[in-house]
Amino acid sequence: MKAGVIVFPGSNCDIDAYKVLEKLDVEVEYIWHDEKIENVDLILLPGGFSYGDYLRCGAIARFAKALENINDHIEKGKLVLGICNGFQILTELKALPGALLRNKNLNFICSDCNLIVENNSTPFTNLFTKGEVVNFPIAHGEGNYYIDEEGLDELIKNNQIVFRYQNNPNGSVYDIAGIVNKKEMYLV
Amino acid sequence: MIKAYIDVTLKKSILDPQGTAVKKGLEKLGFYAEDVRIGKHIEVLLKEDKIEAAREKIDEMCRRLLVNFEVETYSVRFEVIE
Repeated sequence: MKAGVIVFPGSNCDIDAYKVLEKLDVEVEYIWHDEKIENVDLILLPGGFSYGDYLRCGAIARFAKALENINDHIEKGKLVLGICNGFQILTELKALPGALLRNKNLNFICSDCNLIVENNSTPFTNLFTKGEVVNFPIAHGEGNYYIDEEGLDELIKNNQIVFRYQNNPNGSVYDIAGIVNKKEMYLV
Repeated sequence: MIKAYIDVTLKKSILDPQGTAVKKGLEKLGFYAEDVRIGKHIEVLLKEDKIEAAREKIDEMCRRLLVNFEVETYSVRFEVIE
């Protein structure tokens, strides 16, 4: 498998993402936001503050050349993983439903966080067991996931919720920490 | 030319933690407010002379970029600039 980590001006977890994939023996390359994505099986949208979070987090990143053909990539059944700012970009692209708001307590939260695995049948989570509590580091100021009631029902019905917070730190609806699209391509 | 003054705010149904924090700040100064909501203000200058045409353009800009309708809403007023 070949992975590409997209680097936007303002990304700051791109090197972490690259190093982790490298440690897992995945062939990985950086893709500058101004380059076209070619021949990668996994696109990773890292955390950070792409384009300075201007207008809204992720709102400007969606125009990056690297994301122009992201829909073709998805159509071909390839994977996209958006972490933190990457998740925000995917909601702005309407590739994932909902939106991310300022944390309820307005604090930037940087800590370890227990998540409950809700769906272990995705390519991203199939080594976990359902209901397992896993510890992930979180670092975000706008991680408060919002979706309206109708959208939430849809997520639940389609088993699209992958992770939920054990102790909701940011006010996310239904304690949601990670979701996939209907084709199971994306994860927070 | 026409200048559009756009105000983007969180929908009423969405909790605005910034507004709540500012409301508490005002209270510390002795001001009591029933509610405080914070939004953003965008000004766009257009090379149009008809407000109807400008409105159409601004609505499309809001729909496609300026506003995230999942959580936000907007209002706009126009000024004809000689």
